[in-house]
Amino acid sequence: MRDRLIFAAQLLFTVLVAAFLIVPAVLSMLAGVTLNYFRGIQSGLTLQWVMQVWQLYADTIFRSFLIAFAALAVTLIVGIPAAYALHLRNDRLSRVIEEVITLPLAIPGLALALALLLAYGGFSDFRRSWLFILAGHAVFTLPFMVRSVMAVFGAIDVKTLDEGAASLGASPWRRFRDVIVPNAAPGILAGSLMVVTLSLGEFNLTWMLHTPLTKTLPVGLADSYASMRLEVASAYTLVFFVMIVPLLVAMQIFTGYRRGPAVLPR
Amino acid sequence: MSKRTFVGICFVPLAVLVAAFFLLPMARLIVTGATGAEGFRAYAAILLDSRYRATLLNTVSLAAATTIATLIIATISGLFLQRHRFPGHALLVAMLTFPLAFPGVVVGFMIILLAGRQGLLGDLTLRLFGTKEVFAYSLQGLFLGYLYFSIPRVILTVMAAVEKLDPSLEEAARALGAGPWRVVRDVVLPALTPAFIASGAIAFATAMGAFGTAFTLATDVAVLPMLIYTEFTLSANIALAAALSVGLGLVTWAILALARSYGGTSVAAAG
Repeated sequence: MRDRLIFAAQLLFTVLVAAFLIVPAVLSMLAGVTLNYFRGIQSGLTLQWVMQVWQLYADTIFRSFLIAFAALAVTLIVGIPAAYALHLRNDRLSRVIEEVITLPLAIPGLALALALLLAYGGFSDFRRSWLFILAGHAVFTLPFMVRSVMAVFGAIDVKTLDEGAASLGASPWRRFRDVIVPNAAPGILAGSLMVVTLSLGEFNLTWMLHTPLTKTLPVGLADSYASMRLEVASAYTLVFFVMIVPLLVAMQIFTGYRRGPAVLPR
Repeated sequence: MSKRTFVGICFVPLAVLVAAFFLLPMARLIVTGATGAEGFRAYAAILLDSRYRATLLNTVSLAAATTIATLIIATISGLFLQRHRFPGHALLVAMLTFPLAFPGVVVGFMIILLAGRQGLLGDLTLRLFGTKEVFAYSLQGLFLGYLYFSIPRVILTVMAAVEKLDPSLEEAARALGAGPWRVVRDVVLPALTPAFIASGAIAFATAMGAFGTAFTLATDVAVLPMLIYTEFTLSANIALAAALSVGLGLVTWAILALARSYGGTSVAAAG
């Protein structure tokens, strides 16, 4: 009897915590398709707010995808060779390098953004283009790619694979391309999902780095929260959820990230 | 081409990216922090100037309160979810971890929907007690927002730690006549301590550096990231903003290093 009571109390508590997290998200999705949120759902359902978001902010959505996929390209080109080299060296220097590339996660985005502004604010063409935001996103998402790929290298015997291919006469580049990269595929996929998800949702850096002509989706969201009616802000948030949820589901399927070591930063 | 050369070449793109867009800008930031009227003493101002010290104190208290509350909540729910299987279990876990990918701004908006001017809680209190409770834009609202983004990540760590516990220890304690509360207090909680320190440190560092949530709620409660932002954009006090962000970065980095030494496998800052 007492066990059942404890069970019920814990279940109730956990359900309340889940409600605290989920109810506002559901409210925002509903508000985004409600004619008048103040009068409630009985005022009718509409897509007019979503349409309005599309008219006002479609460019931010495209730009966010552009930056996310560009960041993915950069982290692939930079991160996979780096993970390979770090794994092979596995000495003190490589641990220092790992520590340095992980630093952008440990310091607040605001600090990194200020640093980039101070260093490159004077180069006005660069400062004004979306590439400036990309620089921040690439530095910030890189450790996720490197760590995911290194985790796979740690689990498979890369050295034996590499040496086997070498004994067959394959050049280092061919071994990298035909043996190392295909074997790292699970880590590359996991890292890619994380890079894209994080880049799409990145706000702290982007808010400081953006210009009126290089707004991304989260920047537009902050904008709409401050200046638009609740229904429009909610519809915009709904668009963000629609973009991010498939990525989260894919992450759970392909990487089981719920149990994995990587906790997403915000 | 020898293998050594190839491994060396593999580092080149990394070196270029990290040097150009991280190391060089950070060096610039540290130097800029010392270019104000007071030079490197600007760093001391964070602790000595009463206004900045009050903000620092605010931020640390808020982060500490968030961490403690999150640990308590996550332990109760995490223990429960890892120990029991029931219909709807997977759904409950999914609901508790879904907000993991929300940017800080979205978290702020969630709090506005909950406790803002058109919020759910205000609606409920209006119907129940006749007064509309609106606290999204106050300290309580900020606290709620920090709780919102801390709970999912701490719950995951606690659940993973509970999974690794040795059940025979608890059985032994029970066989020796310990009641359920004593088992939890003397066996389970001590075994979870490393996980508490690791996830608590991550929660604390994240709360210290959180910007998006505070920005959306636009509270009059001064927290450090908001102070840095206003010093930089409104007051154009660039040296001070740089000094403050270097200080903040050092603090969050040190806390996360502590987390990692206790087995926290990941780091997370921002919000």
